[in-house]
Amino acid sequence: MKKLIKGNVAICEGAIAAGLKSYFGYPITPQNEISTYLSKKMPELKRVFLQAESEIAAINMVLGASVTGVRSMTSSSSPGISLKQETISYMASMQLPALIVNVQRGGPGLGNILGSQSDYFQSVKGGGHGDYKIIVLAPNSSQEMYETSYDAFDLAEKYKIPVMILVDGIIGQTMEPVEFNRITNKKNKISCNNREWVLNGCKFRTSRSIKSLFMQEGSLEKYNIELQKKYELISKNEVKYEIYMVEDADTIIVAYGISSRIAKSAVKLARKYGIKVGLLRPKTLWPFPYKIINSFAKSGVDFLSVELSHGQMLEDVKLAVNGISNVRFLGKAGGGIITEMEIIDKLRN
Amino acid sequence: MRKVFSKPKSLKSVVFSYCPGCGHGIVHRLVAECIDELKLRESTIAVAPVGCAVFTSDYFNFDITEAPHGRAPAVATGIKRTNYDKFVFTYQGDGDIAAIGIAEIIHAANRSENITVIFVNNANYGMTGGQMAPTTLIGQVTKTTPFGRDPKKEGYPIKLCEILAILEGTTYLERVSIHNPLNIVKAKQAIKKAFQCQINKMGFSMVEILSSCPTDWSMTPIEAIKWIDEKFIKCFPLGMIKNKL
Repeated sequence: MKKLIKGNVAICEGAIAAGLKSYFGYPITPQNEISTYLSKKMPELKRVFLQAESEIAAINMVLGASVTGVRSMTSSSSPGISLKQETISYMASMQLPALIVNVQRGGPGLGNILGSQSDYFQSVKGGGHGDYKIIVLAPNSSQEMYETSYDAFDLAEKYKIPVMILVDGIIGQTMEPVEFNRITNKKNKISCNNREWVLNGCKFRTSRSIKSLFMQEGSLEKYNIELQKKYELISKNEVKYEIYMVEDADTIIVAYGISSRIAKSAVKLARKYGIKVGLLRPKTLWPFPYKIINSFAKSGVDFLSVELSHGQMLEDVKLAVNGISNVRFLGKAGGGIITEMEIIDKLRN
Repeated sequence: MRKVFSKPKSLKSVVFSYCPGCGHGIVHRLVAECIDELKLRESTIAVAPVGCAVFTSDYFNFDITEAPHGRAPAVATGIKRTNYDKFVFTYQGDGDIAAIGIAEIIHAANRSENITVIFVNNANYGMTGGQMAPTTLIGQVTKTTPFGRDPKKEGYPIKLCEILAILEGTTYLERVSIHNPLNIVKAKQAIKKAFQCQINKMGFSMVEILSSCPTDWSMTPIEAIKWIDEKFIKCFPLGMIKNKL
């Protein structure tokens, strides 16, 4: 049976089904449905909900829960995610699995509370200090919000890496029917086989420490190479995307989140006008689907990056195309969404 | 022959990298002895944030995680809330706890998180070479107060125990020192009481330990001990600040 819920609530349901044991957050619009929902639901399930004193404290509570091997998450919106970046860098280095949700709002600065996609760079290029990556997932419906947050924990634990769900305020706030099609994880425990890093008291084993400080000569360099190998493996295994009407397309639109929903409608409409256009929607923003975009470019297809920013994902599309074909851009940031007709006009030019 | 003195099991058999005359070695030993005596080693998860405190993860022989600068009380909150059966303590310096991390310590204390904080106060930022800390004394020369701390410009030494004492959530707060054997014995008793507070699920406990940093104070270890006795404890009076046990 389907239930009509907001995308933000769908994220909660997915995480709970996956065995989320603890949530730590701080109020910020447009993601408040998440903490409001979990503040009631988590205690009912005898799990942990705590409103932290700041975004920074919230992500550090997640770090604390994560070192003990329990499933933990925080959520925020753009300025709050900026505050969390230092600790996300620590968690990437300490190789800690966790779920971080960013329901993006307009920026820079305090910006506004309307949906936006201008935290792309911050999310996929590291965001904090040092050479690191986190996995960035981009669902575009309430149903996918549910499924993505459920699956995010397995992914985070498989690679011992923080996973971010990057959505926009529009997808977060939209109510859509959701089928709860995932099996509830009753154990509330992390599912990965390798738990040999978990801090749970040194009974029957030697003591463990989890750290990101490598002072001995050469040790950090060696550790960074290990991290890069992991990132390469993720890039090889975990790229996910959706393609739509690309078989005969002259131009492929690349869009994610709310922009991909509009772009899909634009593709349908454009086809009626005889414009041969398709859609490629990255479901993972890091790792980004460079290969598939490159192979389309090699067969002469042009690209149009459509996003609620002034050209951030555009740079990854250009990297993928590598000058082989034309890449154009359509975007706006600060509140308004792009309309189907604006996309079609751009395609016609 | 009976062995009457040995290294606590909670300390690893490694050489500490601390400077000559640094108080961390003594504090480490006291913490380790208390953990051993209370049989907590196998259920402990400790938190070591940025500063000289970060090295504790190499020296303590129990589970320990690093934390970003100032955030140890938040990290400890995350650990304890999801693991009520574990013994959780943070080991923090004065810059970490009373400057960059003052929000985290106040709120963890106010929530009466059932954790213990070992707060090592040595009146300066030791790891970075001796800059002014929130606990630097008036007139004290540091790397960033070359003319001495001037309260008109740099404010006054922050007395964290007294600040936390007014919060209803705090259960046990004591300030001790390690500048002589008598005070070392008292410091150990305070640490043990604070740990017992957590074991009995009585809520937030903290022990502030006045400690020496001769290298960054530009003193010999003996001069440093004298400075604690004559100046440091005048500004930070020793004793029980709050005890709801």
